[in-house]
Amino acid sequence: MIAVILALLIVPLAAAIACAVLPARLAPVITPVSGAVCFALVLALIPAAGHRDLNYLSYLRVDALSEIFLLATGFLYGAVAVYAVGYLKHHDEDRDQQHRDRYARRFYAGLNLFGWAMLAAPIMGSLALLWIAVEITTIVSALLVAIEDTDGAAEAAWKYVLIASAGLGLALLATVFAYFAGSQVLGEHYNLAISPLIEVSKNLPHTPVRLAFMLAVLGYGTKVGFFPVHTWLPDAHSEAPTPVSALLSGALLATSFYAILRYYQVASGNLGSGFPRDTLLAFGVASLLLAALYVFGQRDIKRLLAYSSVEHMGILAIGVSFGAPVALAGVLLHVLAHAAAKGNAFMGAGVFTVKFGTKQISALRGGLDVLPWSGPLFLIAVFALSAMPPSGIFRSEFQIVYGGLGSGNYTAAAVLVAGVTVVFFGLTASATRMLFTPAPARRALAHGELRRGEPSAWMVVPMVAGVAVLLILGLHPPGELTGLIARAVTQLGATR
Amino acid sequence: MSGAQAPGVYEGAANVIAAGMLLLEFGMLRQALVRDQVRLYMAQSALISVLAIVIAADRNLPDLYALAALSAALKVVAVPLVLRRLLRRAGLDDEETPGVAGSNTLSPATAVLAGIVLAAFGFFCFGSLGIHGPGAPALALALAAAMVLVSFGLMIVRRDVASQAIGFFSLENAISLASLVVASGLPFILETGFLFDLLVAVVVFGMLIRAHHSRAESLSTADLTKLQG
Repeated sequence: MIAVILALLIVPLAAAIACAVLPARLAPVITPVSGAVCFALVLALIPAAGHRDLNYLSYLRVDALSEIFLLATGFLYGAVAVYAVGYLKHHDEDRDQQHRDRYARRFYAGLNLFGWAMLAAPIMGSLALLWIAVEITTIVSALLVAIEDTDGAAEAAWKYVLIASAGLGLALLATVFAYFAGSQVLGEHYNLAISPLIEVSKNLPHTPVRLAFMLAVLGYGTKVGFFPVHTWLPDAHSEAPTPVSALLSGALLATSFYAILRYYQVASGNLGSGFPRDTLLAFGVASLLLAALYVFGQRDIKRLLAYSSVEHMGILAIGVSFGAPVALAGVLLHVLAHAAAKGNAFMGAGVFTVKFGTKQISALRGGLDVLPWSGPLFLIAVFALSAMPPSGIFRSEFQIVYGGLGSGNYTAAAVLVAGVTVVFFGLTASATRMLFTPAPARRALAHGELRRGEPSAWMVVPMVAGVAVLLILGLHPPGELTGLIARAVTQLGATR
Repeated sequence: MSGAQAPGVYEGAANVIAAGMLLLEFGMLRQALVRDQVRLYMAQSALISVLAIVIAADRNLPDLYALAALSAALKVVAVPLVLRRLLRRAGLDDEETPGVAGSNTLSPATAVLAGIVLAAFGFFCFGSLGIHGPGAPALALALAAAMVLVSFGLMIVRRDVASQAIGFFSLENAISLASLVVASGLPFILETGFLFDLLVAVVVFGMLIRAHHSRAESLSTADLTKLQG
């Protein structure tokens, strides 16, 4: 398995370097190949990670929990790598070839590097290396947000890099205190490895662990998009190129949440479950309520989807706070289903923006008339995000609510259901307007301004794959996946 | 906070250096000119390297000598060079226009008063936690916590991208201070990783500052208000 793990670390990095140095026409070949290979590699890790923890070279580690997040990132990186080929065909069509080649080289290199950093984070067996990997995701994605060279992109990138870096500064402090706590038991030469820290978590001093957990939730929570440190998120998601937005939302936020879960494991082993769960519950409920308020009145389709991401990250935090095995299984399934659904929603929104030339919801009309594939696929993605059966998100949210009720968290479960319902109305109101309101698209169709048809098949295929994943997760998750989730739930220390 | 006995050489040195760094942080908070803020940042970074050398000598950790050298090369030389170059390109580093002035949202006196409140809050909160060990003086750690909050204050009250970046770099200095006093035994490879990461972050901050300047023709963040809601 070491070969698979090393390949996961080498392939996207090699693809990034190749895209940067080789002729630009090769990048649309290299990137989808790298995406597909990485997805195959994370799939290959499922059987082993479902049965044992894989520790190599003292700094590499894959267990069931990290494999869940690798699966989410691996799938989305693969899907977006294919989607990007179609997206870039229509980008800057009015500019000269030299400009387009330069843009494509930078874009593909950045996309692969971003995928590499996100795949590397869950493989890191040390809290220090995990922090470094998450920081690299920030740096690379900030450059990708800025790549569009518009006023909005420059503003979003600056806010993103400053706020996220400051947040990660707090996460670095959390890492320092985790070392301090660990070194009291494991000795001065402790290298911040995750496994021994969890093993001795009971014997660690309480105050540094409590402090490290709080700082980690606030610091990594900045990148997860928890209220009140979410302010960079809607800006960056809306101004980034759409393939990057999809990765930001479906994979990056989850990767940062993974970092919080590692601190949660240590904190709940040391302090008992009360404090860590209460902390996550507070952040989760606040984020969910904020999203429920802000999905109404959004004028930009990508901002709307960004607030939906804040909602889903809130759901993850609330699910963990319930602590029941079924709720934790729901959380981990939610990570996977959200990656597929949000990836699809952003990719669908990207097709709309390419076709209509705007992100403004008020100008996106008659989607079902104009986009025979992307229109219905976008609608499915929005319904899936709103937890309509039979999508995977329905199953995961059902499990989370069921776990909440079963563990006696009636108020939080009720708030969760109410918040999700409000967001459902906000999302579907905008989506149905975009898809079913005929004017002015039909008029434009009649005048030949907008032709019925998809901009590119490359942009449709990954969305079909996303729907397939959502259906599989919702109707009948494979046995190996449920085994993997069950093992990860045990690692998270579920209690009734 | 440091017990009934007088502190040893290492503990005393750590406390004095931490206090010096906090004072320099206040200097950055009240200093109107970015050019002078960069100089204060250089001094603060030099103090961090001195502290690393003191700890290396006192606790016999030879790795920390290398870390001190690397840290000095990066924070005392490279980061200020990058920042000065950016300021020169922006036409803000000569005698007539020596840096961005007046980007404070608060008057210097109010900013410093707010800084004192933040520093006192951080200092007493961390002091009361009682986190200390044989190599971890509680006073220096509490001063590092005060510095973290003041650097956040610096990023908040300034309205130009260069000062905000300096605020972030000094936040990193505060975390380095905390790291040296409670985690000096952290393996060298990881410490180097943190520094390398800072280097990359500096380059990216520089690129974004340049992009901002070429679009807005100033370093002010006053017009970064389009994305709301």
